[in-house]
Amino acid sequence: MELPFAITLDVGSSHANRTGSWRVERPIYVDRLPPCNDACPAGENIQRWLYQAEPGDYEMAWRQLVEDNPFPAVMGRICYHLCETACNRAQLDEAVGINAVERFLGDLAIERGWSLPPAGAESGKRVLVVGAGPAGLSATYHLRRLGHQVRLVDSAPKLGGMMRFGIPAYRLPRAVLDAEITRIVALGVDVELGHTVQDIEVERNDGGFDAVFLAVGAQLGRRVEIPAGDSSRVLDAVSLLHRVAEDDPPLLGRRVVVYGGGDTALDAARTARRLGATDAVVVYRRNRERMPAHGDQLEEALVEGVTVRWLSTLSRFDGDRLVLEKMRLNDEGFPEPTGEIEELDADSLVLAVGQDTDLSLLDHAPDVAVDDGVVEVLPTMMTGESGVFAGGDSVPSERTATVAIGHGKRAARGIDAFVSGRAAVNADRHELATFDRVNTWYYSDAQRTRRPELERARRQSTFDEVVGGLTEENALFEARRCLSCGNCFECDNCFGVCPDNAVIKLGPSLRYEFDYDFCKGCGICVQECPCGAIDMVPERI
Amino acid sequence: MTTQPVRFYQVGSFAVGNRLLPDDDRTVQSDQNRTNSLDSGHRACQGCGEALGARYALDAAMRATGGRLVAVNATGCLEVFSTPYPETSWRIPWLHSLFGNAPAVATGVAAAMKVKGKGDVRVVAQAGDGGTVDIGFGCLSGMFERNDDVLFICYDNQAYMNTGVQRSGATPPAARTATTEAVGPEPGNVFGQGKDLPRLAMAHDIRYVATATVADLHDLEEKVERAMQLHGARYLHILVPCPLGWGSAPNDTILVARLAKETGLFPVFEAEYGKVTAVSPIRHRTPVEDYLSIQRRYAHLFGEHSRTDIIARIQAIADQNIATYGLIDDEADSRGQKEVTA
Ligand SMILES: Cc1cc2nc3c(=O)[nH]c(=O)nc-3n(C[C@H](O)[C@H](O)[C@H](O)COP(=O)(O)OP(=O)(O)OC[C@H]3O[C@@H](n4cnc5c(N)ncnc54)[C@H](O)[C@@H]3O)c2cc1C
Ligand SMILES: Cc1ncc(C[n+]2csc(CCOP(=O)(O)OP(=O)(O)O)c2C)c(N)n1
Ligand code: SF4
Ligand code: SF4
Ligand code: SF4
Ligand SMILES: [Mg+2]
Repeated sequence: MELPFAITLDVGSSHANRTGSWRVERPIYVDRLPPCNDACPAGENIQRWLYQAEPGDYEMAWRQLVEDNPFPAVMGRICYHLCETACNRAQLDEAVGINAVERFLGDLAIERGWSLPPAGAESGKRVLVVGAGPAGLSATYHLRRLGHQVRLVDSAPKLGGMMRFGIPAYRLPRAVLDAEITRIVALGVDVELGHTVQDIEVERNDGGFDAVFLAVGAQLGRRVEIPAGDSSRVLDAVSLLHRVAEDDPPLLGRRVVVYGGGDTALDAARTARRLGATDAVVVYRRNRERMPAHGDQLEEALVEGVTVRWLSTLSRFDGDRLVLEKMRLNDEGFPEPTGEIEELDADSLVLAVGQDTDLSLLDHAPDVAVDDGVVEVLPTMMTGESGVFAGGDSVPSERTATVAIGHGKRAARGIDAFVSGRAAVNADRHELATFDRVNTWYYSDAQRTRRPELERARRQSTFDEVVGGLTEENALFEARRCLSCGNCFECDNCFGVCPDNAVIKLGPSLRYEFDYDFCKGCGICVQECPCGAIDMVPERI
Repeated sequence: MTTQPVRFYQVGSFAVGNRLLPDDDRTVQSDQNRTNSLDSGHRACQGCGEALGARYALDAAMRATGGRLVAVNATGCLEVFSTPYPETSWRIPWLHSLFGNAPAVATGVAAAMKVKGKGDVRVVAQAGDGGTVDIGFGCLSGMFERNDDVLFICYDNQAYMNTGVQRSGATPPAARTATTEAVGPEPGNVFGQGKDLPRLAMAHDIRYVATATVADLHDLEEKVERAMQLHGARYLHILVPCPLGWGSAPNDTILVARLAKETGLFPVFEAEYGKVTAVSPIRHRTPVEDYLSIQRRYAHLFGEHSRTDIIARIQAIADQNIATYGLIDDEADSRGQKEVTA
C-alpha cells in the first residue's frame, strides 16, 4: 500500500486496544425486588405495571396487573396498600399513590370493557372451590387460566363473600364488584350459589374432584358476654353489615354504640350514621395509637361524625343505658380496669370484636389440621389432607381481602402442581431494591396527588362512594412519580455516562448490554443509575 | 376522558435519556446512532471526565453540523490517550499539531475550508486547561480578537494531568498538585492567583461564551448546539473531573462535577458579547466540604489537623460566585419543576 511521506504504518482503530483487560470489577445489570412488590400481599408486580402506565399504555399496565390480581378496581378502593407503606419514594417526599393508580386502571378497564386473559387449554382436571370470597374467586381465576375446570360453590345467594356482605357500599360500590366478578365467571366457571357444603369429603368424592380449595372465610361475628337487659338490642357487626348489604337493615335507633377497635367497628359505626343514627359512638379499650383500625379509616369516620370513647370497656347494658368502665394502659400497654364508671345512652349495641370460622364441614376430614379455629397450611396452601388446599380468612393470616387474593393465586399454583404430579416450585425472589441504591438526584421533584372525597353531608345520609378516583392526568402524573426501584426503566444514563462507550443500547424495551471488551470497570454507570439496577461484582481473575 | 398531556416526565431532563420525552427533547447521547466521536479503546484512565466530556461535546457538534466538522486538538491527555500511533479513537476528521497552537491551527483550518469552497465545514478546537489558559492563551486571545469562525472548547481538569499533575493557571486554591505540595502553613495551591478563562473570554466581547460540566448533559449539549448555530469566535469551558489528578474515585466523576456546580464553586452560565445571559441555578445547595472531602487533592484540609479556616475561605469563594452570578433562584428546581403543570 502506498503511504504518504514519513508515514510507516496504516491508520488503525483503537478498537485494537481491548481496555477490558484493565478491569478488576465488572458491572452487571440486575433486577431487584422493589419494596412495593415485596409488600403486596397479592404479589403484584407494581413497579412493572406503573412502568407500563407511565407512557400511557394503560391497557398493557392493566394486563400486567391482572396477571396477579383480577380485582384492580376493587383493590384500588379497599386494599390497605402495604405497598405504599413500603414505597421507597416515601423516603424522598411521599409514597407513590399506587392504590389510586390501580383504581384508575381498574375503572378504565370496566369502562372500556377489557376482558381478562382467556382460560388455558383444558387440562381435564376438576377443582372444587368452596367459598366465593376474594380467596375463592382469585383461585378460580388462576385455575381457569391454568386450564383446570372449576366448580365454585357458596352458601350465599351472590358471589363476593365479605367484599359483598361485609365491606359497605360507600367504600366498594357493588357495580364495581359485580363488573370484576363477572369477568372471572366469563372464563367459564361452574357456579352454584345457595349451596352450603356440609362435608368436604363427601362433596369431594361425589364430584370426583382432583383437588379442593377451601375458602370459607370467617363468617361468625364473635360475641362477648355482658349482662344485658334486652338482648334483642345487641347484635354483631358482621350480621349488621350483612343485613344492610341484603337491603334489610335492622332498626338500630338514634343512639348506637359500637364496641371494638378494628376496621369493622368503624364500618359498623359509619353504617349506623347512614341508617340515621344521630350518635354513633365507638367504645374501645385502648388508645388511638393502639387501635388496629387503619388511620385513614378512622379519619374518614371522624369526619362523618362518628365519635370514639378511648380506654373504655363494657360493663353492663340495661335498658337504654350502657355502663362503661374506664381503663388505663399498664407498662406493657395492656388495658387494665380502673374501677371508674361512666354511663352512655344507647338504643343499641353493636359488637365488633372479631370473627370466627365455621369449619364444621371438616368434621369428617381428620387429616386437615385445625388449630385455634383456623386451618393449618403449607407454603403451597395445601392442608394436611393431600389435594385439599385452604386460604383466606380461614387460615392463619392478617385477614384482608388482598391477602385472600394472594392466597388464591398461591393455592392455584399449588393445585396446578399437585394435579399435574409436579413438585411446587417457589420462584426465586430477587434481592430487595433498597432506598440507599436509589440515586435521588435524577428524579424530578413532584408531590403526591390526592384523591377527591365526597362532601360530608352526602356521607352521612347515603351509601354513595366516599373516595373518588383520579383523572387520567393525575393518574399519569402519579405513575410517573415511581422511581422504578431496582428495575431498569431505560433512562439511558448508563449508555450515556460511560467514558468508554462500553454500554450497548439494544433499542426500545430491549435494554442494554455491557461491552466487556472495552469496559474498564470505572463504575460510573453503577453510581449514576437512578434506580440501582446495576451491580458491581469482582472480576474473575 | 381528558387527554390533556401531562408535562411531568419522571426523571425530567436530569437523566441522559427519557423514554417519556418527545424525540426533540432527547439528548444526542441517548441516540443509538450517536457518532461516538471518541471511540472505545482509548487509553484514558478509568472514569476519565475528559474522555466523557469530549465525546459529549463532539457528538453534539456532529449532530449540529450534520457531520461537517473538523476537530483540532492541543497536546494533553485527550490527544495522547486517543492517538497512540498508529491507533486512533477518533471517528471524525481530527488533527493535532502542538501544545500551544491549537487556536491558530483551527483558524488556519477554517480559512483553508473557505478557500477550498467547503465553507460549510465547521471547526472545533480543543485543549486541556493548561493548553488553554497558559501556553495556548496568546493564540487563543488572537483567535478571539480576529473573531475567527472557531468554537474553542477547554476541558478543564484543573492541572497539567498528562505530564503528572502539575499546577496550571486553572488549578483552584488549596489543591495539591505535584508542584503545589500539601506542605507548610498554606498547603497546596495559593489563593488569589490563577485565571478565570470564561471571564477573560468574555472580556474579548466575543459572540458566545459558556461553561458546562459533564454532570449536566442536556445543558452541555444545548450549549454546543447553540454555539454551532452561531459564527465567529466562541468559547466553551467544560469542567471534567480527573480521578487521577483529583484523587477522586473513578465512579465519582459525575458526582464530583455535580457538586462543583451545586456548591457554587463552578458557576454554570452563558454569555453573549461579554454579558451573562443565563445561569444554571443551584438545585440543592451544598456546603463545599461535601465536594472537597471526596478528593484526595484536598485531603490535607480534613482529618486530624483539619483546616477549617481554609475550608471557610473556599466556602467564601463559592458564596461569592453565588452572589455574583445569582445562582440561587426561587425556582431552584426550575428544570424539574417547570415541566409540571398545576
Ligand atoms: C366489615 C368488614 C370490612 C372489611 N374491610 C376490608 C378492607 O377494607 N380491605 C380488606 O382488604 N379487607 C377487608 N375486610 C376483610 C376481608 O373482607 C376478608 O379478609 C376477606 O373477604 C376474606 O376472604 P375469604 O375469601 O377468605 O372469605 P370471605 O370473603 O369471608 O368469603 C367466604 C365465602 O365462603 C362462603 N362459605 C362459608 N362457608 C361455606 C360453606 N360451608 N359452604 C359454602 N360456602 C361457604 C361464604 O358464604 C362466603 O361467601 C373487611 C372485613 C369486614 C368484615
Ligand atoms: C511546548 C510543550 N511543552 C510541554 C509539553 C509537555 N506536555 C504535554 S501535555 C502537557 C500537559 C497538558 O495539560 P493540559 O493542557 O491541562 O491537559 P490535560 O493533560 O490536563 O488534559 C504538557 C506539559 C509539550 N507537549 N509541549
Ligand atoms: S418508587 Fe415505585 S418501584 Fe419504588 S417502591 Fe415506590 S412504587 Fe415501588
Ligand atoms: S442507568 Fe438507566 S438505563 Fe441504565 S440500567 Fe439504570 S435505569 Fe436502566
Ligand atoms: S490523567 Fe485525568 S484527564 Fe488524563 S486520562 Fe487520566 S483521568 Fe483523564
Ligand atoms: Mg488539564
